[in-house]
Amino acid sequence: MWDVIIVGCGVVGAACAYQLSRYKLRAAVLEAGSDVAAGATKANSAILHAGYDPEPGTLMARLNVAGVSMAEEICRKLDVPYRKNGSMVLAFSGKDRDCLRELMSRGERNGVPGLRLLTGAEARALEPEVSGEAVEALLAPSAAIVNPWEYALAMAETAVRNGVELYRNCRVTAITREQGGFAVTAGDKVFHGKYIINAAGVYAGAVHRLVGEPGFTIRPAKGEYYLLDKCEGTRVSRVIFQCPGAAGKGVLVSPTVHGNLIVGPTSEPSGPEDVSSTARGLQTVRELAARSVPGIRFRENIRNFTGVRAGSDRGDFILEEAPGVPGFFNAAGICSPGLSAAPAIAEYLLEQMAGRGLALEKKEAFIDTRRRVRFHELDREGRNELIAKDARYGRVVCRCETVTEGEIVACLRQPIPPASINGVKRRVGAGMGRCQGGFCGPRVQELLARELGVRPEEIPLEDAGSYILTGETKERWF
Amino acid sequence: MREYELIVIGGGPAGLAAALSAWEGGLRDILILERDGALGGILNQCVHNGFGLHRFKEELTGTEYAGRFIDMLSGTGVAVKTDSMVLSVSPEKQVEYVNPTDGCQVVCAKAVVLAMGCRERTRGAVSVPGARCSGIFTAGAAQRFINIEGQMVGRRVVILGSGDIGLIMARRMTLEGAEVLACVELMPYSSGLNRNIVQCLEDFGIPLYLSHTVTDIIGKDRLEKVVVSAVDERRQPIPGTERTFLCDTLLLSVGLLPENELTRAMGAEIDPRTNGAVVWENMETSVPGVFACGNVLQVHDLVDFVSGESGRAGAAAADYVRRGPAPAGRTVKLENGDAVAYTVPQRIRMEAAGDGVQAFFRVNRVFGRSAVTVKSGEKQIARFKRDHMAPGEMEHIFLPGKLLALAEGDTLTVSAEEVEA
Repeated sequence: MWDVIIVGCGVVGAACAYQLSRYKLRAAVLEAGSDVAAGATKANSAILHAGYDPEPGTLMARLNVAGVSMAEEICRKLDVPYRKNGSMVLAFSGKDRDCLRELMSRGERNGVPGLRLLTGAEARALEPEVSGEAVEALLAPSAAIVNPWEYALAMAETAVRNGVELYRNCRVTAITREQGGFAVTAGDKVFHGKYIINAAGVYAGAVHRLVGEPGFTIRPAKGEYYLLDKCEGTRVSRVIFQCPGAAGKGVLVSPTVHGNLIVGPTSEPSGPEDVSSTARGLQTVRELAARSVPGIRFRENIRNFTGVRAGSDRGDFILEEAPGVPGFFNAAGICSPGLSAAPAIAEYLLEQMAGRGLALEKKEAFIDTRRRVRFHELDREGRNELIAKDARYGRVVCRCETVTEGEIVACLRQPIPPASINGVKRRVGAGMGRCQGGFCGPRVQELLARELGVRPEEIPLEDAGSYILTGETKERWF
Repeated sequence: MREYELIVIGGGPAGLAAALSAWEGGLRDILILERDGALGGILNQCVHNGFGLHRFKEELTGTEYAGRFIDMLSGTGVAVKTDSMVLSVSPEKQVEYVNPTDGCQVVCAKAVVLAMGCRERTRGAVSVPGARCSGIFTAGAAQRFINIEGQMVGRRVVILGSGDIGLIMARRMTLEGAEVLACVELMPYSSGLNRNIVQCLEDFGIPLYLSHTVTDIIGKDRLEKVVVSAVDERRQPIPGTERTFLCDTLLLSVGLLPENELTRAMGAEIDPRTNGAVVWENMETSVPGVFACGNVLQVHDLVDFVSGESGRAGAAAADYVRRGPAPAGRTVKLENGDAVAYTVPQRIRMEAAGDGVQAFFRVNRVFGRSAVTVKSGEKQIARFKRDHMAPGEMEHIFLPGKLLALAEGDTLTVSAEEVEA
């Protein structure tokens, strides 16, 4: 019998698992996909919002500000790339100026530190590439950028290190109530648990429906992005926003922790898994971004991607025990600022679950650290120490991001090893660079096959079905 | 710190030819740093023929062509380090590299030849919309899977772009039992060699759709279909012209980019037209004693010309080490005029030009009977006749020293023009 079963291992499921793993209880995470952090968590703006945007009094407002301050410490402890670079919202008109004042007032009520209004000239003194059309800006020094998938992965890995069990390729198909809890069916497995956390993202409504009608509807909305080469990565140093509209926070321009420039997103209602990009969406991104930062060279694009927000008709996070289903807790309707709020969402849910009888007794020995080798960040001495111990750190596999064979092999020994090419990419960065795996893809495939003891054609790009190879060209005659 | 006379970065066709000619030029302390496990570069996956017609007057495969140079090199004392990735090159010619046996090392040299080659443009570079499923490969990555790893990448194939690698792969995939449904080219002409259009598409009945592009990619896990549309003169898709191909594989052959991250970081001047270094008549970059050649300098069509260019770079590097810098004196810029996209070299030191200068360029549209002119101001100093020119075929002229001497001012302009029949 599990104490808690978490459905979904995006950043919210991972944060819940991480917080739960501090306590003496048995927790399982059931992830439908072949990897953690592979839904909205991997495809978003990679921003930790300062927290001036949400309406004061909402869960979004409260948990955004709390979440970003927790994130800073978690990233430090768990070795997640994080940079508090601040953000700026630009105003282009009188109406926008009113909007900045409204955001500033909201931010102050939400407890966002250090907000300041800048004139256009002051904004350009800080960010010279900002458009001359910008007449005013709101500066928020507490905004940050993060590697979102490593953030979730690091929390999930730490949870597993501390005894939480993660089941991947484990899509929940039925939930029945039983004495003292639930029976959760996923394929041919049945998990019995006292409490359930529904962190299923765009499928939170569908999972809820397995125990009863949800009082909310998930309204997936996709957002399209550009990711530009590192040669564009220093065009701005902060996150540059425009005034938010009805459809969201608008198109932003920001550096990433990896040194690239991210530009986007759009916002369009979509299917729950519609991560395709469109010519029209990309054009919208280019046009809107040029308003903020006219000098962006989109020909330096290395990748377009699309993420799907798992927002709901409620307009706020849904963090509550499902009415009439004791023990079933929703973490639903998590769209922006979900990444920013994740650890605070987990803490908030745990408090509620404790109020409903979940015993939270701290473990004596909780491992709250994580380190990984990033060869390209080491100095020469550090590199040579590593290579002396294991020569595989001397073989560069991904040339664009300088990722070594040693790092790839090491990530396979971690608590949540990758099983796909994209899984390796998310863990060590191989294939994330300007050639997008053109050089290292075949080599990573070979390495993965070798290390996992399978044939190369068994290594997929992402989930089962996304095969890369169809088999050997010639039959072996020997 | 170990000091070499010459360090060559890259052991593909450019690096091999440069090292060999530097050895022939009298250098005896040369190091090649190659990031792959073996010399030969991209030629190692080019199992098709058509190499060496100019250089060796016979038709070789890519691997055989590389083998010729590797054999010649093995008769010399040129040192080779494979599995060695160069991390940085300084203007003082300190080279930092890493490999499993030496670890992370810094060595230096009196001269450096940059011969890092190029990489393929990706889906991101051309922003093809659609799903993010598997089954989408750059043509070169697919070529590596098939020719080196012996692994097939798919069964029903559409190729976007008609660059040479894409054309070669159309034939290769067909020979390996796949069905190649179409080759789709955005421009009204192919960017590949005419002989490849004939031998790789026409001979196998594979249709080439000019002025078309891929406008959508559909597939949940693996590619299921692509949508192809005709484009107008501004290269914008024309609504209503969509046609769908059921396929599991899309190969991209949408151009090559010189791989100049090291060059840029070193501070050498880059030509935005070639994405390669700006070079003098002897292939020397704006950093004295650092030379560039092969596809890192400009994307070539034929390896024979890479070898020629690299041979000149290696010889010039040897001259630099043994005799010192080329004489400065008067300099002339070589610029592109009408219908010419770029020129290499970009600059000429008149005193160093000697008997003359080899100049390379590409036209930016298709020409029938035509002429290439070289002008100094309004004065034409040279004129070369051509029967045919196309952007997919690099053009080459030799400017004899005698003609160069006629140049006035500091600029020579290379232009292309139609000639009445």
